Amino acid sequence: MSLFNVFEISSSAIAAQSQRLNVVASNIANADSAAGPDGQPYRAKQIVFEAVATANGQGPSRVQVARIAEDQTPFRTIFDPKHPLADENGYVNMPNVSVVEEMVNMLSASRSYQTNVEVMNTAKNLLLKSLTLGQ
Amino acid sequence: MVDGLDRMMQFQAAALSLRSQRQELIAANIANADTPNYKAVDFDFAAALKNASAAQAAPATAPAILYRTPSQSSLDGNSVEMDAERAQFADNTVRHEAAMRFLTAQIKTMLAAITG
Repeated sequence: MSLFNVFEISSSAIAAQSQRLNVVASNIANADSAAGPDGQPYRAKQIVFEAVATANGQGPSRVQVARIAEDQTPFRTIFDPKHPLADENGYVNMPNVSVVEEMVNMLSASRSYQTNVEVMNTAKNLLLKSLTLGQ
Repeated sequence: MVDGLDRMMQFQAAALSLRSQRQELIAANIANADTPNYKAVDFDFAAALKNASAAQAAPATAPAILYRTPSQSSLDGNSVEMDAERAQFADNTVRHEAAMRFLTAQIKTMLAAITG
């Protein structure tokens, strides 16, 4: 019964999207963290999705998180001589998080999550209807 | 007798099985809407059903998986177009339900014939 595979596929997408939402939350929360555990400013994290075939390499694919990459763009520098982490010229390195990009990422993740929940609901309704077949 | 019943329901059963396979493929497309380089897949339903009903009692072969041609390209190489996929998903859902109703009607017809 291949409709049951819809649950597997959609739930993998839901899990991946919620992990993406987690990464977005981490980025937005740390948008102003000038120093992390290693003394360096926080680097934005980007999630990388990858399609994994459910069977013989062809046909429907699940989604999985391949890795969480660190954004390698340079840090944002601000001029603030009073800041305790300012260098001799008065500049402070701040995280390379783009809050606008993260908000867009968040919206996209939440929409994809909703769509996949709808797909699962539809598959559930179809399966329930097939139980009443012949009645 | 049992063979006749079986043959009568075979067409709708094949249609139902193909519909659920297609539902699975479209669900995979929607699930991978944000995966870079993912290519949306589908199969030719009419050809697959013709193939399945021509096969008769022999087990039908799996339909050939084709890639969709997107109307607009995307930067990350993903060819899923969410609006088109959702439309196809809704369409397939309705047709799946229709196949189930046809099958139910056939079963009811046979039951009426048996019970008299």
